[in-house]
Amino acid sequence: MSQYLVLIYGDPSYEAGDSDDVMKGHMKFGENHGAVIAGGNALQPTGTATSIRPDGDGFTVTDGPFLETKEALGGYYLVEAADLDAAIKVAKDIPMPGGGVEIRPVVVFD
Amino acid sequence: MLAATVRVTRDLDLAEECVQDAFAKALTTWDADGVPRNPGAWLTTASRNRALDVIRREATLRAKLPLLVMDPPDDDDDGFPDDRLRLVFTCCHPALATEAQVALTLRLLCGLSTAEVARAFLVSEPTMAARITRAKKKIAHAHIPYRVPDEEDLPERIDAVLAAIHLLFSTGHTAPVGDLLVRDDLVGRALDLTRMLRSLLPRPEVEGLLALILLTDARRATRVDAAGRLLLLEHQDRTRWDQDQIAEGLALVRGALTPDPGRYALQAAIAAVHAEAPSYQETDWREVVGLYDLLLRRWPSPVVRLNRAVAVGMAAGAQAGLDALDPLGAEPALATYGYLPAARADFLRRLGRYDEARTSYEEALLLTENSVERRFLAERLSDLEPT
Repeated sequence: MSQYLVLIYGDPSYEAGDSDDVMKGHMKFGENHGAVIAGGNALQPTGTATSIRPDGDGFTVTDGPFLETKEALGGYYLVEAADLDAAIKVAKDIPMPGGGVEIRPVVVFD
Repeated sequence: MLAATVRVTRDLDLAEECVQDAFAKALTTWDADGVPRNPGAWLTTASRNRALDVIRREATLRAKLPLLVMDPPDDDDDGFPDDRLRLVFTCCHPALATEAQVALTLRLLCGLSTAEVARAFLVSEPTMAARITRAKKKIAHAHIPYRVPDEEDLPERIDAVLAAIHLLFSTGHTAPVGDLLVRDDLVGRALDLTRMLRSLLPRPEVEGLLALILLTDARRATRVDAAGRLLLLEHQDRTRWDQDQIAEGLALVRGALTPDPGRYALQAAIAAVHAEAPSYQETDWREVVGLYDLLLRRWPSPVVRLNRAVAVGMAAGAQAGLDALDPLGAEPALATYGYLPAARADFLRRLGRYDEARTSYEEALLLTENSVERRFLAERLSDLEPT
């Protein structure tokens, strides 16, 4: 079994709880795939993001997400799957209003 | 051979090394003992044995590397031909970039060297080596499985495999750059791969692509004249089309045209209408337009609309063709596509609107990089009636 982080990207104007349909979709996803979901959360909109970059011997702290993109990271799931095909199959059931998801394999350190 | 060895190694690089070792061993053994009755089986066995040796010796080291994900072998598994099918689906996984899919397929299924694959795509060997390494790393780290997809996913995954092979064929059929119109080597590889795929997976989609390649490639000998000039369908010597390939293609099209035919089957059906027409003028252009309408529903691409407009021009006259072409001028995907101004220029020329035709030919020349096609356009331009 491997772990995959599934990042959910969508329209930044969308906020968690905005739409009952999307929330219902996540509930249903949780019920159907509970056995392979190792974690997951919805994130507050990008307007609440704070970025920190090292700056010589200190840090610069700024308002806003690390990268300004058309589609913003809105939440994630950590999914357990035997291989990429299995992970893709699970990820296709995640609600993705006005966006999509990105699947990234998690590195295993021995 | 490589496909069967991957089954043992679960690692593409190691499998490739073992295959090379087996060939080296064959050179000395066959010299001493003579060539075995079934050289292919001998090599496969040698390669798999070599893999088993290496794995035993490196058991601890290898345990740390990510291995290909595969199902336990079937009981009666002799390594053929399912392994080749698994390898096709691994190489053409949609999670890999299409050009990486084609490169991996050429490297691992056709056995081309990295240098040969690099030449096929006109990039440097280090660039291609890096591209192939990146793809292999992704297969290992993202756990792209070595498996034939299940029935539910199969149609989508076959489409990805067919798209990779079709890209290989198109690259060979009309080389995007360079002095040759056709790259025979690439066309031959695409044909071999499709034949192999069809023997392993006899489904209508696969038969559609095989028919399309056969019917399109049947015209290969007539696409340029003795001096290397481009000849359009209109001017090709139909008696020199490859009748064996046409017969095989026509038989396949019938099977591929299911009630809901796929994209390649419809393109093959269009090629079949041309293959059966006694001449360009006597082609059943209404049938061609009808098939393009079906194809558009299946694959609403601007390039298909362009080809449909050309057929409309033949079925209903140059003015109708021009009218069908006009809305495509605003299509961003066609903004740098040389065939659009070339088609416009041809309709304008037939309507006697030479000034406008001249402008369109000049525009087409700016957008065309294949020298055979460029020469064709330049000649059409200079043949235009003086104003």
